[in-house]
Amino acid sequence: MNDSSSLSPDDITDVIPHTAHRHVDTSAAQFLSKNKTKLVLVGNPNVGKSVFFNHLTGLYVDVSNFPGTTVEVSHGENPKYAVYDTPGIYGVSSFNDEERVARDIILEADIILNVVDAVHLERDLFLTLQLIDMGKKIAVCLNMMDEAEDRGIRINVEELSNRLGVPVLPTTAIRKSGFDKLEAHIPQACPGRSDASLHRHLHELLNCVGSQAEGLMVLEGDKVIAERHGVEPGGDRELIYVERRNRVNRLLDKVVTATERKKTLSALLGRISISPIYGFPFLAIVLYAIYLFVGQFIAQDVVGFTEKTLGDRYFEVFVKDQVSSVTGTTIKVEKIGRTAAGNDTTIAARTYVFPHGTHADPVLADQMKAFRKVGLNSINYKYSSALAIIFFGEFGAFSMTVTYLVFLLLPLVLGFYLSLSILEDSGYLPRLATFVDRSLNGLGLNGRAIIPLILGLGCVTMATITTRLLGSDREKRIATAILQFAIPCSAQLAVIAALLATAGIKATLIYTSIIITIFIAIGTVLDKALPGKSTPLLLDLPPMRLPRARNVLQKTWVKTFAFMKEATPWFFVGALAVSILQVTGILDMWVNLLSPITTGWLKLPAEASTAFVMGLVRRDFGAAGLYAMHLTPMQVVVALTTITLFVPCIASLMVMLKERGTREGFTIWVGSWVMAFGIGGLVAMILL
Amino acid sequence: MPTDITQLVDVRRGTRGTILSLPEDSELRSQCIRLGICVGASVLCIERLPGGTIILEASRQEIALGRNLAKQIGVAIG
Repeated sequence: MNDSSSLSPDDITDVIPHTAHRHVDTSAAQFLSKNKTKLVLVGNPNVGKSVFFNHLTGLYVDVSNFPGTTVEVSHGENPKYAVYDTPGIYGVSSFNDEERVARDIILEADIILNVVDAVHLERDLFLTLQLIDMGKKIAVCLNMMDEAEDRGIRINVEELSNRLGVPVLPTTAIRKSGFDKLEAHIPQACPGRSDASLHRHLHELLNCVGSQAEGLMVLEGDKVIAERHGVEPGGDRELIYVERRNRVNRLLDKVVTATERKKTLSALLGRISISPIYGFPFLAIVLYAIYLFVGQFIAQDVVGFTEKTLGDRYFEVFVKDQVSSVTGTTIKVEKIGRTAAGNDTTIAARTYVFPHGTHADPVLADQMKAFRKVGLNSINYKYSSALAIIFFGEFGAFSMTVTYLVFLLLPLVLGFYLSLSILEDSGYLPRLATFVDRSLNGLGLNGRAIIPLILGLGCVTMATITTRLLGSDREKRIATAILQFAIPCSAQLAVIAALLATAGIKATLIYTSIIITIFIAIGTVLDKALPGKSTPLLLDLPPMRLPRARNVLQKTWVKTFAFMKEATPWFFVGALAVSILQVTGILDMWVNLLSPITTGWLKLPAEASTAFVMGLVRRDFGAAGLYAMHLTPMQVVVALTTITLFVPCIASLMVMLKERGTREGFTIWVGSWVMAFGIGGLVAMILL
Repeated sequence: MPTDITQLVDVRRGTRGTILSLPEDSELRSQCIRLGICVGASVLCIERLPGGTIILEASRQEIALGRNLAKQIGVAIG
């Protein structure tokens, strides 16, 4: 049995027991549980891994950033295993952050549950074979079997299992079909039949590296793992990959019989969406559908109700009433009525002064109650205590911030992620990336950047987080800068659209061309100025399919939850900071500081500077302040240009600082002030 | 007999070919190989977008390649 040419994977694990050789305590080793058997889910992107993960872990799931990265790893427990989900990857290597994280977790795994898309075996089995070459204990789930059958793809599961040397369980995760056997399937996990010639090389390496898995990484030229063990990385990655690719192709010949592919609707849609002629109308229809859903339905109807009614009218009034009962407050109540033209107008207004809170003056409080009882009110609370202003005032952390987060941002983010999940699960997203790739190349980006750019029209904070999916730091930098400078978020878009509607078609055209020019200029200049090269587009296009409601809803929820969890603290920090600036008078100083520039350079009324500074709190506040001023159409263009170019709200600044680091973040921030006023002034010079 | 090398970016829609060369960059090469674009693999160009984004069928999958990548890949037509 010691003849190295006939070693089976079991012998290798026998030679050196798994626990005895770990000489490096990696961050992954510290990150992962030590007590239970570590079950790690591995698979390509979009194979339905998360359904398995949820099935195996139940409700109590902990999502945390992998040490030193922004990659999120979900972890849960069941009585037998500590279960880890890994990012979807095409192979185990270190070409990007996701792969590095997946690699480190896989290296620590006791059992790997490899989820494979039956419709997509050509792509997925490369990863499976690589995992097998790593010598880990593996159980495979052959998922989406129902769809494979629909498409006439027949897979000989037994033959596949024999050839791989690991158990294979056919499943349809979305219907939980096959899940009854999952519990019995996982313990059968075993090392599979790895490449024989690789095996010999690996055996030689074992003495200095310790495990077959790490040995394989070293052979495949992984510098980090090689350095961990003080050996030279191998130079044969390509040979190994080519051979593995060939093994996949040979395996598929033996295992898969596909009946002649019909011209299915899915294939037809797939072609149309990337056709040079029909791709554009297709894209236009998709974007219009998203606009109708998010821009009209969610942003107007839903948010109109949640923000204006639930948030402003009920929630904030309730909170502020509680606070004003115990602290000195001046309450101004305005009765709102409708003019003949349908606009809101103030019919009557009364001001009530409670130096010691409404509790201390029940008579006046009752009078106010009676006045408020009929019709619609707009109520303004002016607290005497600074603390009350900071926490419950106009920009208070527990008044405005909650309304903003729960009643405005949450529905919007849900709407956007729902659209995104549908696009993703339908297979259109990679085609969209392909279709726009060339147009984004000039900006130093590849087609994948379309995702954060579109999301930016919803919420720049959300989009800034999504830049993580881009291939290189350089692209993340360019995309973040474009987002922060030139993309107005939905809150702002609404106000911009309203202002432009009053300013007329000429103003709209000028404004739009200015912003588009700047959008292109930022990308082009950064692409020329930044060192290095951006990664080219290289994507597999999965078949177009009808998205499954459950998958889509689950994805939407997971993404929304993750975003809200991550962004919420920053919105509070931002509100707190602005409230403190307000209470200490720094906000006014800032406004005063800006007003000479506003009047002299931008040629706008002095009050416009308030609108600019308010833009810090919420971008729409900034633009909304311009409503009240009577600006000429060209002044509107100048003001909107200036406001759009500003860095968005303070929450997006915070998230940017976190994602991009303090130095780069502040550079972009300061740059945006300079740009906003610089270009705003130039526009003013030309137009006014 | 010498084979004519065409840059993948210049390949027309509907053309079949065999991959002759891959990009210089080792990571890019490896990522191509992983997706079945290896030297000797036979591929079919199912679409070419204006500007040179190429969509290939290789190893039974559809793969999109940006123009800058497609420039670095050589194919023999036919």
